[in-house]
Amino acid sequence: MNVLAIDTSNYVMGVAVIRDGAVAGEYVTNIKKNHSIRLMPAIDQVMKETGMSPSDLDRIAVAHGPGSYTGVRIGLTTAKTMAWSLGIPVVGVSSLEAVARQGAFFQGYVCPFFDARRGLVYTGLYRSDMTLEKDETNVFMEDWLHQLKELDEPVLFLSQDIAVHEEKIVEILGDQAVLPKSPYHYARPAIIASVAEEKEPGPLHNLVPNYLRIPEAEAKWLEQQGKK
Amino acid sequence: MKEDQYILAIETSCDETAVAIVKNETELITNIVASQIESHKRFGGVVPEIASRHHIEQMTITLEEALEDAGMTLDDMDAIAVTEGPGLVGALLVGVNAAKSIAFAKQKPLVGVHHIAGHIYANRLEKEFEFPLLSLVVSGGHTELVLMREHGSFEIIGETRDDAAGEAYDKVARTLKLPYPGGPQIDRLAQEGEETIDFPRAWLEDGSYDFSFSGLKSAVINRLHKAKQRDEYLKPEDVAASFQASVVDVLSTKAFRAAEEYGVKQMIVAGGVAANKGLRAALQEKFKDSKTELLIPPLHLCTDNAAMIAAAGAVAYNQGHRAGWDLNANPGLDLELFGARKK
Ligand SMILES: [Zn+2]
Repeated sequence: MNVLAIDTSNYVMGVAVIRDGAVAGEYVTNIKKNHSIRLMPAIDQVMKETGMSPSDLDRIAVAHGPGSYTGVRIGLTTAKTMAWSLGIPVVGVSSLEAVARQGAFFQGYVCPFFDARRGLVYTGLYRSDMTLEKDETNVFMEDWLHQLKELDEPVLFLSQDIAVHEEKIVEILGDQAVLPKSPYHYARPAIIASVAEEKEPGPLHNLVPNYLRIPEAEAKWLEQQGKK
Repeated sequence: MKEDQYILAIETSCDETAVAIVKNETELITNIVASQIESHKRFGGVVPEIASRHHIEQMTITLEEALEDAGMTLDDMDAIAVTEGPGLVGALLVGVNAAKSIAFAKQKPLVGVHHIAGHIYANRLEKEFEFPLLSLVVSGGHTELVLMREHGSFEIIGETRDDAAGEAYDKVARTLKLPYPGGPQIDRLAQEGEETIDFPRAWLEDGSYDFSFSGLKSAVINRLHKAKQRDEYLKPEDVAASFQASVVDVLSTKAFRAAEEYGVKQMIVAGGVAANKGLRAALQEKFKDSKTELLIPPLHLCTDNAAMIAAAGAVAYNQGHRAGWDLNANPGLDLELFGARKK
């Protein structure tokens, strides 16, 4: 199977091409620069250098969030519209799972997270076979860490935003927490592609971002409805 | 023999997800608009994040509907055009990235289009342009007089110094407690009322084609406030009629004077406010004995749509303009600079 994988859901911008099930090319940057400008030139370059043309593709994989609302939409719009144009399936992969897979061989739990400001994180808890122990959620990091403490097992933390929460993690979990170095903290697009190869694609039009949070205006509106 | 040319266009600058196909620059093949207005009504205006969320849900569905309606495939298209700005950045991004993806997947040329150039070109789907022409662009975000001496060139001879006409309509409508969107509501009320209040008209300095509506807006709000304090009843129909009379008087008078000064062959009214009955009537009256031909597109081409982007995009494409894979949403895109961009 030939797969193009796209991830613009967070700071990392990643593009990978899988040809006949093997990684042919991967392009990753980890900088805060405009994904909308840089994504298509990166796809063009990786495709060209791996000798692939769009019509050779069998499937498109995309990190569908959580993450930056705008970032998630850039990747998802590109993946959906390209797949629709080519008449091939598109598969969404959780941005958290993509990071968690970097710890796939860890003996214990894997906790990927993205900082969501004001003490909140987007997170979930994975077992070493990459099934979910705790569902993905938007939660206060402090509350989440106390939940993890109760499991009484080693937890591998994977996050670009590790520095923001490191102090709290060590304070609450102590030796239970494992914090690796930088290269393990970001999602690799080739991993997203390989996860997508195994998944059953759903209807293309129905693939929507996994925001894990409703817009502020809607939350306020719902609150007002509740008061009425 | 020259073969037929088809341009597929996408427009997502505000709260409509729109896709259209235009043949040979001027022939409309299909024009699909998925409106989000029902979703934004509860907030009393467009919420950018919610608009962006709807765009991504609607994008591929709208594309498919357009091709099905036209009975065509992407392979039949000669180029893909898209609104690159101005507009809401998050909303624009969905359209721009969708257009780039089609163009890349099918290896087709890509063209970026200025939203206001689109509004003006909507008229060319009804009647061929004759230069020089003037366009009065009036919408929620714009009030401009644009001079065109040839295809693809835009010279702004007058613009608003504060609020757009459509913005003033929305604010006055909110003060009158009319439901969103307020423009059409005021127009409807104004038809039933009379001009009983003499609201100010901002003519600005002699010879200026610029506009200003914030003074008028404040005058209306103050007058309503005063009436409330005095327990005086003002008929909303009359307030609407008086407000609209001031807006329409300034717009039509300046448009007519500019048309005379520049000796234009056509006067094109563009943008959502072009649907306004009061404005249409005033302009028709002004231009009734003029040598300048007055053109106002039908309603479905006045409000935001992708047919206008295809019409403007086709001209840009045939003039040799091409966008690269690095095309981005540009919420503050300038119309004159857009017209003067390099090929
Ligand atoms: Zn518009």
